[in-house]
Amino acid sequence: MKAAATAAFVVVLASVPLWLDNAYFLHVLIVTGIFIIAAMSLNLLLGYAGQLSLGHVAFFGIGAYASALVSLGFKLTFPFEIEVQAKPVWLAMLMGMLAAGASGWFIGRIAFKVRGAYFVIVSISFVEVVRLVAVNWVELTQGPMALNNIPPLEVWGITFLRKPANYWLVLGVAIASYVLIRRLVCSRAGRAMVALAENEPLATSVGIDVTRYLVLAAVVSATMAGAAGALYAHYVRIVDPDVFLFIYTVTMVIMVITGGKGTLAGPVVGGLIFGLLPEGLRAAAIAPEAQWIVYGLLMVLVVYFLPRGIVPAFTKIRG
Amino acid sequence: MDQLLQHGLNALMLGGTYALLGIGLTLIFGIMKVVNFTHGELYAFGAYMMYALVMLLGVSFFVALPLAIALGVALGALLELVLLRRLRAADIDTTMLVMIGAWIALQNAEQLAWTGVAKSISTPFPAAPLVIGPVSVAWNRVFVLVIALILIFVAYLVINRTKLGRAMRATFQDRDTAALMGVRIGNIHTATFALGSGLAAAAGALLGPVFVAYPSMGDLAAAKAFAVVILGGLGSIPGATLGGFILALVEELGAGYVSSGYRDAMGFLLIIVILLFRPTGLFARKERVG
Amino acid sequence: MTPILQIRNLSVRFGGLAAITDMSMEVREGEVLSLIGPNGAGKTTAFNAITGYLALTAGERVFRGRNLKGMRTHEIAALGLVRTFQKTSLFGGRSALDNVLIGLHLRARQTPLAILLALPYVAREEKELRGEAEKILAFVSLEKRKDELASALAYGDQRLLEVAIALAAKPKLVMLDEPVSGMNPSETASFMAKLAEIRALGTTVLLVEHDMKMVMGVSDRVVCLSQGRIIADGTPAEIQRDPEVIRAYLGERYKHVAGAR
Repeated sequence: MKAAATAAFVVVLASVPLWLDNAYFLHVLIVTGIFIIAAMSLNLLLGYAGQLSLGHVAFFGIGAYASALVSLGFKLTFPFEIEVQAKPVWLAMLMGMLAAGASGWFIGRIAFKVRGAYFVIVSISFVEVVRLVAVNWVELTQGPMALNNIPPLEVWGITFLRKPANYWLVLGVAIASYVLIRRLVCSRAGRAMVALAENEPLATSVGIDVTRYLVLAAVVSATMAGAAGALYAHYVRIVDPDVFLFIYTVTMVIMVITGGKGTLAGPVVGGLIFGLLPEGLRAAAIAPEAQWIVYGLLMVLVVYFLPRGIVPAFTKIRG
Repeated sequence: MDQLLQHGLNALMLGGTYALLGIGLTLIFGIMKVVNFTHGELYAFGAYMMYALVMLLGVSFFVALPLAIALGVALGALLELVLLRRLRAADIDTTMLVMIGAWIALQNAEQLAWTGVAKSISTPFPAAPLVIGPVSVAWNRVFVLVIALILIFVAYLVINRTKLGRAMRATFQDRDTAALMGVRIGNIHTATFALGSGLAAAAGALLGPVFVAYPSMGDLAAAKAFAVVILGGLGSIPGATLGGFILALVEELGAGYVSSGYRDAMGFLLIIVILLFRPTGLFARKERVG
Repeated sequence: MTPILQIRNLSVRFGGLAAITDMSMEVREGEVLSLIGPNGAGKTTAFNAITGYLALTAGERVFRGRNLKGMRTHEIAALGLVRTFQKTSLFGGRSALDNVLIGLHLRARQTPLAILLALPYVAREEKELRGEAEKILAFVSLEKRKDELASALAYGDQRLLEVAIALAAKPKLVMLDEPVSGMNPSETASFMAKLAEIRALGTTVLLVEHDMKMVMGVSDRVVCLSQGRIIADGTPAEIQRDPEVIRAYLGERYKHVAGAR
């Protein structure tokens, strides 16, 4: 029954570009989809492995920048001479994911040493450092002037330039991400992550290696976020240091926690709500600041009345 | 050498305010275990209150300052009562999320009220700087340092010499025991949050006239406050004070001798490096506040 | 009988406080050994030091011929030395079945890559693990509660679940920290029977307990700790008559009671 409903849902989603006339709204859906992928990846680290990581957009941005740079080619004179020729986009995207995954490994190792609220601070600091590097290392990143004219993805003769193509690409990656996370979470590795989040001494007493599973969660999470970043880079085709702004991490965190952390559907539900909500508010012609205030208040309200998130509250009502 | 001296002097001015920010946050973070995302907004609030009082209402600068701080204390108390009281038993992510929501709402409210245009606040000090030998320092910055030092001292006195301070220290050490001994934890939390917020507002009220007031000024201030807390160790006022001056010095020297663009990165790098080697902060002395 | 665990000159100091001083003992393979002693004697501290949860100030631990020096807690567990905790320690937000599944961690082979690629053996192994978990739950008579939330179980059942989790990790030596504390007499009696079954499976048991009836009833040997030092080591009968033990528990005044037995 549930499988049929999910399949129907996916089919409906896939059909959208066929009947939706509004190009702007399609754009909103694409960006929301990209954020949902990032939110799902954050859910693995925050919701399942219990790490209070508030630097998630770092992985997103690193994926975006790395992919963009490899696809454009770049030249450096400092700290050492290096020149990289432009590579095909699919390869660039893989490089982007790799770069993100590597920084995920780094964060995972730190997460083991530094705990709780201190880790929150380290994760925020990490993003800020990366952002400032992106702003100041102009030779590599063009700084605030942004990387422009990033080529779109091209595989098997299809160029993902127009919106419908990108929509299906993002949908495909989102579904793949969901499936991967589901597999991980319903397995021995997923149980190990949850165990160390819930009761670490007990987890180690049955032989679970905390460092290993923290790093695993961080690497998978970061790689997936990097993929989302790469998709973003080759869709909007401009990347600037603003991609590292704290507000985007906040958006992802909101999506995960209000949707329901530690659940599979949580980030999807949260993502749809908080991805589409700003557009709904904008349509109601309220000043942008007022929109954000509504956003903030809504967050607080959801947290008060549905402390475990929307999906668990829903499951409770049904079950 | 002169350059070094000048940097050192600049660092002193900033250091005092960083210390205020840090002390406020270390109290809140230490006693209430709350990752206070609104701390930066109280800083901005302090600056904007100075603007409103001095520039819009024509209040005298020296009267506006304590008033702005008092308003900051009041806002802090209000936030604690409205938002945090109900979350006493909640887990850390829930509290974090509420604080983030409050931060978003506050910053955008500020943007709505004052628009995005930076506001300058005039001070009664002479424009010409004070020149001592090879270094020069603006009068208003001297004022900032003096007031900051006074406030740091006052905070220290409150924590270590008053009944309220003793109750706060007890709550920091062991909340349950403190409650058993008759400490009203709820009131302590409100007082702590109000005090910490007041210090942040003070920092903003002091620095607002030196620089300008703009809506997102709180973000960087909050980040630096966290850096100071980590440098100085949770709950330690001397640590936060020292941390504030160290951070300012590192920033000044970094900006002067390495690159000014990376100035703000200094604090963050410091945080990461310190926590990697000492996961609980540099001067962390466990179980002590004061 | 060969010693499965040897403790030599173990010392644990916290600053100026000596929690354990010069503790030497051994646990022989296949036996049930109980560690007793008044409150604060250092029993749980000893457990923590042996299994790597607390740093030693001095001394050696040798388990099945391997020196445990420098090993992390999960590595020690992987060798077959599993402990439970004095305060009820579970994965409260998960079902009883999930709790045991987590305990079965070491028995599974799935690698992360295999999981992501959904290789067929992963699903097969999951089925096997589930079956194994149900068997373990049945062993502690909790099979009917397998889908209940661990935090919602009755206290006695929670303690049984803790033991189930420890057993899932297939220990060669299982260290139980006050497993029957808070249980009523009938629960304690049925636990004693379970203990006999565990031992019959070939698992060595090291027990910390206060319930003297249980200790005397199940143990092959008893070691008594007082103020961080071992003061007696022998069979239950010997321990009951040992004047040092009586003094530790009841104080100086009752030393003479020893002769009365």
